[in-house]
Amino acid sequence: MFKTQGFKAGLISLLLFLLFLGAWSLATFPKEQATLSGADAEYAALMGKGAEKSSGFPAPGKVGEAFVTYLSDPFYDNGPNDKGIGIQLAHSLARVALGFLLAVAVALPLGFAIGMSPLLLQAFNPFIQILKPISPLAWMPLALYSLKDSDVSGIFVIFICSLWPMLINTAFGVASVRKDWINVARTLEVSPLRKAFQVILPAAAPTILTGMRISMGIAWLVIVAAEMLVGGTGIGYFVWNEWNNLALPNVIFAVVMIGLVGMILDQIFGVLQKFVTYRE
Amino acid sequence: MTQHFLSVEGLKKAYPGTPTPVFENIHFAIEKGEFVCIIGHSGCGKTTILNVLAGLEEASGGVVIMDGREVSGPSLDRGVVFQSHALMPWMSVLANVAFAVKSKWPDMPKAQVEAHCTKYLEMVGLGQAIHKKPAELSGGMKQRVGIARAFAIEPKMLLLDEPFGALDALTRGTIQDELLKIVQATHQTVFMITHDVDEAILLADKVVLMSNGPLAKIAEIVEITMPRERTRADMHHDPQFYRIRNHLVDFLVNRSKGYAGSDAAVLHDAKHPPVVRPGLVEEEAPESATFRQPPQLKQVVNH
Ligand SMILES: Nc1ncnc2c1ncn2[C@@H]1O[C@H](COP(=O)(O)OP(=O)(O)O)[C@@H](O)[C@H]1O
Ligand SMILES: [Mg+2]
Repeated sequence: MFKTQGFKAGLISLLLFLLFLGAWSLATFPKEQATLSGADAEYAALMGKGAEKSSGFPAPGKVGEAFVTYLSDPFYDNGPNDKGIGIQLAHSLARVALGFLLAVAVALPLGFAIGMSPLLLQAFNPFIQILKPISPLAWMPLALYSLKDSDVSGIFVIFICSLWPMLINTAFGVASVRKDWINVARTLEVSPLRKAFQVILPAAAPTILTGMRISMGIAWLVIVAAEMLVGGTGIGYFVWNEWNNLALPNVIFAVVMIGLVGMILDQIFGVLQKFVTYRE
Repeated sequence: MTQHFLSVEGLKKAYPGTPTPVFENIHFAIEKGEFVCIIGHSGCGKTTILNVLAGLEEASGGVVIMDGREVSGPSLDRGVVFQSHALMPWMSVLANVAFAVKSKWPDMPKAQVEAHCTKYLEMVGLGQAIHKKPAELSGGMKQRVGIARAFAIEPKMLLLDEPFGALDALTRGTIQDELLKIVQATHQTVFMITHDVDEAILLADKVVLMSNGPLAKIAEIVEITMPRERTRADMHHDPQFYRIRNHLVDFLVNRSKGYAGSDAAVLHDAKHPPVVRPGLVEEEAPESATFRQPPQLKQVVNH
């Protein structure tokens, strides 16, 4: 029964996708030639190849072409404004990874400390509450000014937006470790370090990983916006650059790529989560 | 006064914000190799006493002395079996016990740790399940792992907080038998909380009766005078059984509540709670007599 439901769902998904493609084709197909007259035609002649891109919303075929072109050679590098999609994604992923790892390095120990000590929790709480709702992009000017490097600023923005969910979840996970388990460790005179790594960490791991998954989701949302702002490299810059070229098929291609990579990142954390989750 | 293995002297516990202490002036002693059960109504402070003995909680007053040393903080000398088994669900059964064994003997080689743990798990009948996760076990099996874990560190004393409270009667019976066998073989000193009168009679050498709180008292200490080699199957045939059972049930049902205002309380010497042996009294005193003159006074044994 499970199999058949999965099969049916897949079938419906495919149908929906075809329906979407059909509607898209219908909406973009005939107008193009009809309206391409008079001034438009002149303009097109003036602009040469470029005008092709500006004429209305791109049809599925055009976007398909973009997919084929970019995916057939994802790693070419022809200077600052013309790099393969693989390279652009790699730049974004590298920034996200760096910022995220920095956030892990801060959030885990600090979250542990806050979670273990009600005093620290209360002391840190006002700062967390105020800093948490700040849009990470609001930090950008300050980051650019003080760090003086667009790349580092991008990483900083990722760091600051990944920090809060991880910090809060770690503190919460550590604080709500079952008292029984702590008492077992106490009656066995377990050393603090062993208690932290063999009791508290595994007990809080599912909560901590949920925080990491949320952080990663936010980081991937934010990196696109951050790269649009700072420019240079990355998938966000690619989107911005193609928009400035009015190359909408490329923009659509990039948008789909962003979605796919985001989904893969989320799935990776889903697997990790399954790995540390325990059944009571 | 002779030196006891464990003595509780003038124990008091008051929670901040509550006017009357849960209990105060609690005195009792446990000898080496003795199995002591404590019975009392819910909320009278049994768990609190056990946690103080374990060193998990601090008393507001009084001391606990074990083996000549004052108890301050938890120690590997005292194994605890928790009511909710408290197994770490991410560890296998073996790893749970090994965690305890490695805590006690950090330098023990891996193979020896495993052999040691397996021995104790086999003792509670779990030789087949050592690689399972706690979630794959029944409630009774989990509690057995908890018992194996506590025994495996070979503590000087074992503390059990209603270990079988959550189990069905059948499972409880089997595990009681197992515990009895192990205790008889190892001569382990045990302090156990229970609300099951039959369980107390089966397992204990003496039963501490606690009156209701707040200001709970050790009302009396009942010696179980039946032969130590009793089993669950045949203890009902001993005429002592019903006398002891009636005495305990009578306490729980009738006397524990009004204890604070009764004649017994007036004569109560907290330092020497009356020790009674209801099993050895041939005939029950008539109802009216019990009312005026509580039976425990007639049966007081000098100590
Ligand atoms: N943290 C606490 N704060 C205030 N009162 C408490 C706390 N823990 C236990 N108590 C009170 O202490 C009394 C004894 O509790 P407990 O030792 O658990 O009883 P028992 O195990 O005999 O059922 C209860 O009346 C309970 O309300
Ligand atoms: Mg209790």
